[in-house]
Amino acid sequence: MTMAAEPLIRLAGVGKVYGNGTLALNGFELTVGRAEFLCLLGASGCGKTTVLRLIAGLGSVSQGRIDWPDGAAPGTAPAGRADIGFVFQEPTLMPWASAFDNVYLPLKLRGISRAAARERVEAMLERVGLAPFANVYPRELSGGMKMRVSIARALITEPSLLLMDEPFAALDEITRGRLNDDLLGLWRGKGWTVLFVTHSVYESVYLATRIAVMCPRPGRIVADLPIEAPYPRREAFRTSTRYNDYCRQVSAALHRAMGEPGP
Amino acid sequence: MNGLGVALRITLPLAVGALFLGLWELLVWHYQIPRFVLPAPSLIGRSLVDDFWSLLPSLLLTLKITLMAFALAVLGGVAMAILFSQSRLVELALFPYAVILQVTPVVSIAPLVIIWVGFDNVELALLILAWIVAFFPIVASTTLGLRSADHNLLSLFDLYGATRWQIVTQLQLPAALPYLLSGMRISGGLALIGAVVAEFVAGSGAATGLAWRIIESGNRLNIPRMFAALLLLSAMGIVIFLLLRGLEHLLLRRWHESAVSREL
Ligand SMILES: Nc1ncnc2c1ncn2[C@@H]1O[C@H](COP(=O)(O)OP(=O)(O)O)[C@@H](O)[C@H]1O
Ligand SMILES: [Mg+2]
Repeated sequence: MTMAAEPLIRLAGVGKVYGNGTLALNGFELTVGRAEFLCLLGASGCGKTTVLRLIAGLGSVSQGRIDWPDGAAPGTAPAGRADIGFVFQEPTLMPWASAFDNVYLPLKLRGISRAAARERVEAMLERVGLAPFANVYPRELSGGMKMRVSIARALITEPSLLLMDEPFAALDEITRGRLNDDLLGLWRGKGWTVLFVTHSVYESVYLATRIAVMCPRPGRIVADLPIEAPYPRREAFRTSTRYNDYCRQVSAALHRAMGEPGP
Repeated sequence: MNGLGVALRITLPLAVGALFLGLWELLVWHYQIPRFVLPAPSLIGRSLVDDFWSLLPSLLLTLKITLMAFALAVLGGVAMAILFSQSRLVELALFPYAVILQVTPVVSIAPLVIIWVGFDNVELALLILAWIVAFFPIVASTTLGLRSADHNLLSLFDLYGATRWQIVTQLQLPAALPYLLSGMRISGGLALIGAVVAEFVAGSGAATGLAWRIIESGNRLNIPRMFAALLLLSAMGIVIFLLLRGLEHLLLRRWHESAVSREL
């Protein structure tokens, strides 16, 4: 189903060797379709962050190529990259700036005045549930709230592609579940594409339209599984047999990728 | 901190000071120590009042040199650190000279600088010498601070196509602020030390700052005035320190761990 979606990015035979000789990726093949919620699943150190950074144009590809079938390739023109939002594993906020100013940053860097951006930033804070905290500094926010600011900052430019690098890994179970639901709510029907990195099987099945499993370094995709469950997905989905079947299936694929016998 | 703690923090040192001065007064009176060896605190106090108007111009001169040297050190130091952060090559080429300037005792360069600048221009010589001592802590701390900006934030600025200048002003300088402020606290004290040392070396009435008044009073065995001038110098150092501490608190209290009050 989702494979039929019109492709947004195509990574073909991508290899990445770091300056110190580490071969992080080798023969990495992946096509991300428009409006997909694609989860990249793999053990730590297998090159997931590397993939996101290459797609964002933050680093050069050593081998192969990254194509944007329509539209400017990021990295070639700064204007092309502006279409990408990036959420890191840590909230990565500027500690000296309020929640408002952190979300305003991408617009500010583009020369949009504070007054002109005010309404947009406030609406975005509202959407992530942080309207009353606009003037609060990061150190006074909880981990989950900081992550919401980080997501709001990534969405403020209305990017067509959102890259998320294990954004909820450091959060507690309850906060993580709530942010998963809120993220799906933001994504649904908006037409943007999400590439979401995680090492949690359960999180990936809950969120994704499709899961790509990576093998250990040098990383490449070894399994590609569509998750065919309707949205909105809610708590009930977590206890359904379909969810459990998918989890078992994805977990087995992950174990095979690690070169271990299945569970 | 609770009320008792604050009260203790103020009253305790005051009590110790009062006790010390009292003992000093008593000893001078009891052993009839001559005033040119050790004047009693009361005499120093009187000298401070009587000589105040004659010491004031000297105080202002030393203050002027210190503040100008400090301001130029901050401006020059930050500018140089930004230059270093932009070009590794420039840093490699120039940083050793900043270190050499720093490790060479200022007393030993002072005579040279004074000769070069000329005795009729002694204030400029003092300014240069005070600047040399005050400069390094600013360069070193700001350079470190500019480099300490979060690497992922730097990636984010890249992603949004930020210019070099935007990265400097909106990411690196704010990240460097706590480092710069702690460098300033050290540099402020050093500027005063540099000014005083330079005056000592210039000597012989060429410069008429507080340091010169200390030498002059010593030569005339006017020890109470010597103490009075010394007292003014330390007061100046303390005021500079407190002002910089206040500035640090004002600028960092909202966001930096070093300045926010801890609430349990
Ligand atoms: N800047 C770098 N220089 C050298 N090696 C790196 C660098 N970044 C990542 N690596 C190495 O590349 C491999 C993949 O890293 P990464 O993409 O961060 O993995 P993941 O995100 O899946 O944990 C790891 O072995 C890591 O040590
Ligand atoms: Mg990673």
